[in-house]
Amino acid sequence: MLRSLDQLDPSTPMSAPGSLLQLLSPDGRRVPDPELEPWVADVDPAALAALYDDLSVIRRLDVEATALQRQGELGLWPPLLGQEAAQVGSARALRADDFVFTSYRENGVAYCRGVSIAQLLPVWRGTALSGWNPYDVGMATPAVIIGAQTLHATGYALGCAIEGVDSAAVAYFGDGATSQGDVSEAMVFAASFAAPVVFFCQNNHWAISEPVGLQATRPIADRAPAFGIPSMRVDGNDVLAVMAATRIALERARRGGGPTFIEAVTYRMGPHTTSDDPGRYVDPDEKAEWAAKDPIDRLERHLDDLGLLTDGLRRSVQRSTDAAAAELRRACLALPDPAALSVFDHVYAEPHSGLDRQRAEYSAYLDLFDGSDS
Amino acid sequence: MTALTLAKAITLGLRRSLEADDRVVLLGEDIGKLGGVFRVTDGLQADFGVRRVIDAPLAESAIVGTAVGLAFRGFRPVCEIQFDGFIYPGFDQIVAQVAKLHYRTAGAVRMPITIRVPFGGGIGAVEHHSESPEAYFTHTSGLRVVSCSNPQDAYAMVRQAIASDDPVLFFEPKRRYWATGEVDEEAVAPPLGSARVVRQGADVTLVAYGPLVATALDAALAAVEDGISVEVVDLRSLSPVDFDTVEASVRATGRLVVVHEAQHFGGLGAEVASTITERCFFHLEAPPVRVTGFDTPYPAAKLERHFLPDLDRILDAVDRVMGRANSLSALEVTA
Repeated sequence: MLRSLDQLDPSTPMSAPGSLLQLLSPDGRRVPDPELEPWVADVDPAALAALYDDLSVIRRLDVEATALQRQGELGLWPPLLGQEAAQVGSARALRADDFVFTSYRENGVAYCRGVSIAQLLPVWRGTALSGWNPYDVGMATPAVIIGAQTLHATGYALGCAIEGVDSAAVAYFGDGATSQGDVSEAMVFAASFAAPVVFFCQNNHWAISEPVGLQATRPIADRAPAFGIPSMRVDGNDVLAVMAATRIALERARRGGGPTFIEAVTYRMGPHTTSDDPGRYVDPDEKAEWAAKDPIDRLERHLDDLGLLTDGLRRSVQRSTDAAAAELRRACLALPDPAALSVFDHVYAEPHSGLDRQRAEYSAYLDLFDGSDS
Repeated sequence: MTALTLAKAITLGLRRSLEADDRVVLLGEDIGKLGGVFRVTDGLQADFGVRRVIDAPLAESAIVGTAVGLAFRGFRPVCEIQFDGFIYPGFDQIVAQVAKLHYRTAGAVRMPITIRVPFGGGIGAVEHHSESPEAYFTHTSGLRVVSCSNPQDAYAMVRQAIASDDPVLFFEPKRRYWATGEVDEEAVAPPLGSARVVRQGADVTLVAYGPLVATALDAALAAVEDGISVEVVDLRSLSPVDFDTVEASVRATGRLVVVHEAQHFGGLGAEVASTITERCFFHLEAPPVRVTGFDTPYPAAKLERHFLPDLDRILDAVDRVMGRANSLSALEVTA
C-alpha cells in the first residue's frame, strides 16, 4: 500500500498515458488493479450498498430539483446527472475534519458532507447566497467564479500545515476551470508550500457549450506533473476507483507529501444549468456512448454479480430516494422570503457608519408603507 | 516615544501584531530575507520564521486567494502587494471573494485580511509604480479602506487593520515612507473609521489623505500669508468616510476643497463633495472644488509634477472657493 504511495511522483504517473484507473468496468465487473485495490479493501457489502444508496439519492434529488426549476419553484439548477460517482466516491473518502472548496455543481459532495436537503436550496431559490454554515459540514459555500476556490483550498491547506495537523483540503473544479489562471496559480503555491490539498478535477467534457478539447489539447492530468504535482487519471464513473484515488491523494497529503491532482473523467449528461440548451452542441451519439457507462447502472450490475442486489436493497433504496424527493419539495416550498432590511446584514463584521446610515434611511422609507414589505 | 520613519512605524506595528496573535501571518513577494522592496517587513522573517512571514510566488491573485483560505482556517493574513499598479491581478479575489464572503455566508466566515498597498507617486518611478487605485476598492461593499499619513497613525492603524474582523485595504503613502515622527505605542488610537482635524481653521475645509496630508498642511501654512485660515482634515478612513467630522468642519467654514492624487472622475473627491453638498448645502459659501490627478494614465516620471496636486494647485483651489482671482478667472473672461 505504501509502496504505491511512494511511487506517486511526477516522473512515474500512476495511470499510463491515455489510460484510466479503473476498478469497475462499465458492465460492472471488477477490474484487477493491485495498486488501487488495497485502498478500497474495506468496502464490504454493507459499504457497497451504502454507496448505491448515496448515488441513487443524489440522482433523485438532482432530477427532482430540475423538475422544481421547470415548475418555477427554483430560479436555476445546475444538474450533476452522470457525475454522481465522481462526487460520491471522492466525498466519501474524506474525514469530517477535512475541508472542501467546490464549484456550484457539487450538490452530491454537499449531500455526502452532511448538508441537509433543505440547505441545498436557498441559493437556487434566491432566498440566500449560502445554504449552510461552512464550519458545520467542512464545506465552503460553492464558488461561482470559476476556479477561484482552488486558491482557497490551497490557503486552507497551508493553514493546516502551519498548524501541524493532518487535515486536508480538497478543491473541486471542472475541466473549464483548468484554463483559469487561478487554477495554475493554486498549483504553483500548493507545490511550493507542499500544501496538503487534493485538486479534484471533474472532467465532464463540457464548459457550457465548449468541449474539453478547447481547454486542453492533452489529458488534463498531464498538466499537473509540470507543476511538480503527481496526478492520476481515473474513471470518474467508477465509484470505487474514484474513492481509491482520493484516499491515496489524501494519505499523501496527511503524511506531508503535498498536493495531488486527480482528473476524474466523466460526462455531464444534462445541461450546464436549467437555462442551457445542450441540443445546440452535444452530439447525440457521444451522449449515448456515455449513457452506456452510467455510474449507477455499473454499480447495480456489480452488486447483482455479487448477489447483493436483493429485493430488500431495492426496496430500501426506493424508500430513501422517495423520502429525499419528498423532503426536497417540502423544504423548497417552505423556504421563507428574507426580510427586507436583511439586505444590510453581515456586509461587515463590525459597525460601518456609511452602511448603518443607509439602513436607517431605508428603514424610514419602508415605514411609509406600513411595514407591508419589510 | 520613539522617533521612527513611517515605514519603520509600520514595521513596528506588524511586529507587535505578530507578537500579540499567533494567527497573524504575513504573505507577499520578497517580504522574507529581503524585507520587502521598501524594507517594511525587515527582520520579521528572521524573528518569526518562514511559516509566519511567507515569501510568496509571484502571483497576486494567489497571494490574496491563499489568504482567503487561511482566513477560512482562522488565520489573520496580512498580504503585501508590492506596488499599487500590481494589485489588478488580485482584483478578482479581493472584490469577488474577500469583500463578499462574510455577506455570502451570513456572517459565518470572517475575512480578517489586511492587504497592504504602497501607493501614490512622487518618487520618479517607472509605469505601474505610482498609482492610486483606492476608488476601485472604496466602491466595493464589504471592504474597509484606510490610508495613513504619519508614523503614529501608520503604527496604530496597521495594528487596528490587522485586529479588525473585516478585510482592510491599507494604503501606505510610499513617498512619505521616510518621513519621521514620534510614535507612542501606548497612545490611545482613535477608531479606525474616523477622520481627524489636523489643523484648525475658519475659512476653508481642506480634505486630504495619505501622501497629500503633508502637502495640504504646507498649503494651509502658506495660505496664512494671504490671510486665509484653512482647516485640514486627514480623512484616514476612505471606507467608511467619517462624514460627520467633515460635515462639522464645513458647517463652520462654509467652503470645501478635496485633494487626492487619484484621477478626478469617479474619485473619492466626488463622493466627499456630493455627500457634503447633500448634507450642508445651505452652509456652503461656494461650490466644493476638487484638486486631483488628471484623467490620464499616470504619466512618465518627468511629467508627474504636473499630474500630482502640489501646494500651488491647492492654493489655487482655495482661491476659487474664497472667490479670489484664480487660474480659472482668465478662462471665464475669455469665454
